[in-house]
Amino acid sequence: MTAAERPGDGAAAGGGAPPDLEEALEGRAGLEREDAVLDRIERWRRHRPKLREDFVNSAHGAGGKASAALIDAVFLEAFRNPTLEAMADGAVLPLPSGDRLAFSTDSFVVKPLRFPGGSIGHLAIHGTVNDLAMMGAVPQWLSTGFIIEDGFPVAELRDIVADMHDAADAAGVTVVTGDTKVVNKGAADGVYINTAGIGLVPAGVDLRPATVRPGDKVLVSGHVGDHGVSVMLARGDLALEAEIPSDTAPLNRLVADLLAAAPHTRFLRDPTRGGLATVCNELARDAEVAVVLDEAAIPVRNVVNGACEILGIDPYYVANEGKLVAVVPAGEADAALTAMRATPVGADAAVIGEIRADPPRIVILNTRFGGNRIVDMLVGDPLPRIC
Amino acid sequence: MRFVDEYRDPAAARLALADIEAVSARLVGPERPVLKFMEVCGGHTHTIYKHGIENVLPPTVELVHGPGCPVCVIPMGRVDDAIAVATTPGVIFTSFGDMMRVPGSGSNLLEAKAQGADVRMVYSPLDALRIATEHPEAQVVFFAVGFETTAPSTAVTLMKARARGIENFSVFCNHVTIVPPLKAILESPDLRLDGFLGPGHVSTVIGNHPYRFVPGVYAKPLVTAGFEPLDILSAIVMLCRQLDEGRCEVENQYTRAVPEEGNTRALAILAEVFELRPHFEWRGLGFISQSALKLGPAYAAFDAEERFSIPGVRVADPKACQCGEVLKGVIKPWECKVFGTACTPETPIGTCMVSSEGACAAYYNYGRFTRHQTVPVELSGARS
Repeated sequence: MTAAERPGDGAAAGGGAPPDLEEALEGRAGLEREDAVLDRIERWRRHRPKLREDFVNSAHGAGGKASAALIDAVFLEAFRNPTLEAMADGAVLPLPSGDRLAFSTDSFVVKPLRFPGGSIGHLAIHGTVNDLAMMGAVPQWLSTGFIIEDGFPVAELRDIVADMHDAADAAGVTVVTGDTKVVNKGAADGVYINTAGIGLVPAGVDLRPATVRPGDKVLVSGHVGDHGVSVMLARGDLALEAEIPSDTAPLNRLVADLLAAAPHTRFLRDPTRGGLATVCNELARDAEVAVVLDEAAIPVRNVVNGACEILGIDPYYVANEGKLVAVVPAGEADAALTAMRATPVGADAAVIGEIRADPPRIVILNTRFGGNRIVDMLVGDPLPRIC
Repeated sequence: MRFVDEYRDPAAARLALADIEAVSARLVGPERPVLKFMEVCGGHTHTIYKHGIENVLPPTVELVHGPGCPVCVIPMGRVDDAIAVATTPGVIFTSFGDMMRVPGSGSNLLEAKAQGADVRMVYSPLDALRIATEHPEAQVVFFAVGFETTAPSTAVTLMKARARGIENFSVFCNHVTIVPPLKAILESPDLRLDGFLGPGHVSTVIGNHPYRFVPGVYAKPLVTAGFEPLDILSAIVMLCRQLDEGRCEVENQYTRAVPEEGNTRALAILAEVFELRPHFEWRGLGFISQSALKLGPAYAAFDAEERFSIPGVRVADPKACQCGEVLKGVIKPWECKVFGTACTPETPIGTCMVSSEGACAAYYNYGRFTRHQTVPVELSGARS
């Protein structure tokens, strides 16, 4: 049934009222009709996304709705269990001793393998360290698996592994086991790396979207969009003569300082693939709240903004590899900010928004210009293979 | 960002909005409760939603989103043709990212790629030419879409290809022109508009003179506008003033980029490379005569439509899809029967839902919450 066919509308517009009153009623009916349509869409959006495609395409790897559909239909369907269903950055597992173990894995297929500010080796360590840190865990041990293309230079492999060693050292974690496979030329693009990691979650840490409350503040630990734009420019197919260093960095120390300063921190996530916008959408969806962001408060470097403007993409959807989004109670926001700014990786931290009750499951951006708009889940992949 | 932030200044915006409110209040009444202006260009639609301009306009002014999104006007049959070329063995098919998810009758380019076609996303036709020089063994085809804005870069690429004798390069040309659909919209009987925001980017190429028929024949004012939020507001002020002062003419708000005569060099290049097609099908608008470009005789050797066997089958728009009415501004995106349910950015039925410049996608992605529900900015003092 179309909005126009709904019985109530016809009654409002067609009652033989004088023309100006009719106009006014029509105007109001218009708004009500729009509301009805928006309600219908909201109900529709609450359905889990469905996997419609018969073949995997690049959108399924982009971290947006298509990824969610694939994970739901294939992986969750097969492995279904309460731990996996939490769909967090990793699993938190209770041990018989009462301690909680955090366990996470991540694979890296970035192209090019080396970019300003880092390499696939740095990413492979930081990615898993940060996933563990976002669960509130103290990362300790990592595994790594290499898939190497036939003919890959050993010298280059050594350099990548040296980067991994340095990154692990800096983050205070140890690589304790690994695996190596070589595939035919063309079956992989140079080298792909997988890492998995475990760490312990300190007692008292409770980071879950369900703990988020209206009035809480949203913080980000620094400039957003650096990593994705850095890799895209390093790939050289944009003919833009700018160089932006990636922000790839371990966040475990920042998290430790943050949790000490703001012990009631509700939620942490690193905005990697899909960027700040995707993290805020996941938060709004899982906590059933509105996330209201202030455009003027979100730190974005001029050069990142400029590159995004030229490419027609939104920096809020661009990946970061050394940033986190935190939700803390309003009363702890100042302490959290001070603690973050005192660390080298959080020097440009900012309060960028707050949690509201309404409208639930939606991210709203108050624009610098004085208007506001929705920031929705990403569809498709503007910058593929950036991690 | 310098040269951008100036055009996003909230204080200047408030002044412009006060102007719009005051002047438009004098112009509305029982006969005309709201002024309706159409922004012709998809770039404007994107700016309007991205910055939340609709939410700050007074209720006396309404913006109607026009047909100027080059992705949105490509009919399904042409997408099928593109997929047919892309899946031809030995072809590397290059396209702007926007076109990858545009649905044909059966699939889209992204799905064709997943099933083995060599489809590559490029940011410029010159990238496609570079791929052609790097892969002399392959046939490299560029999927050219866009108005007069992007046509010159395709033309320059073709000139380079011919000069360098790069024979494995060709163009599947879908370039369109802005004036014929504007005429088609103005001829539409169900139209009720009070003026137009003229397309800024197109006008940097064609200038302002081609729009004279809009006030001349159809008695509607037109103001060519830039793409920053303040540009849009200033152009609305100029339209309101024209109506208020009883003027009806073509004005130029975007003087920093649009010369009255256009870009004569670009126009000369277009004339050398392209010729007008007798007619071309527009999504939702049907066939419009002399509304699109094809490669002229001197460049026929680079025409993918000559080089490959193209099915060229016309595919009717899906029945449920109301893209045509949306493009003409007859209905708002949310008034479409399938908006937001069967047709969403992930599973678009109509092209308006695909491109970020499409009216439906812009409304869905940015504007999809009640307009009368305002959310004031108030953050804690923690922000420095």
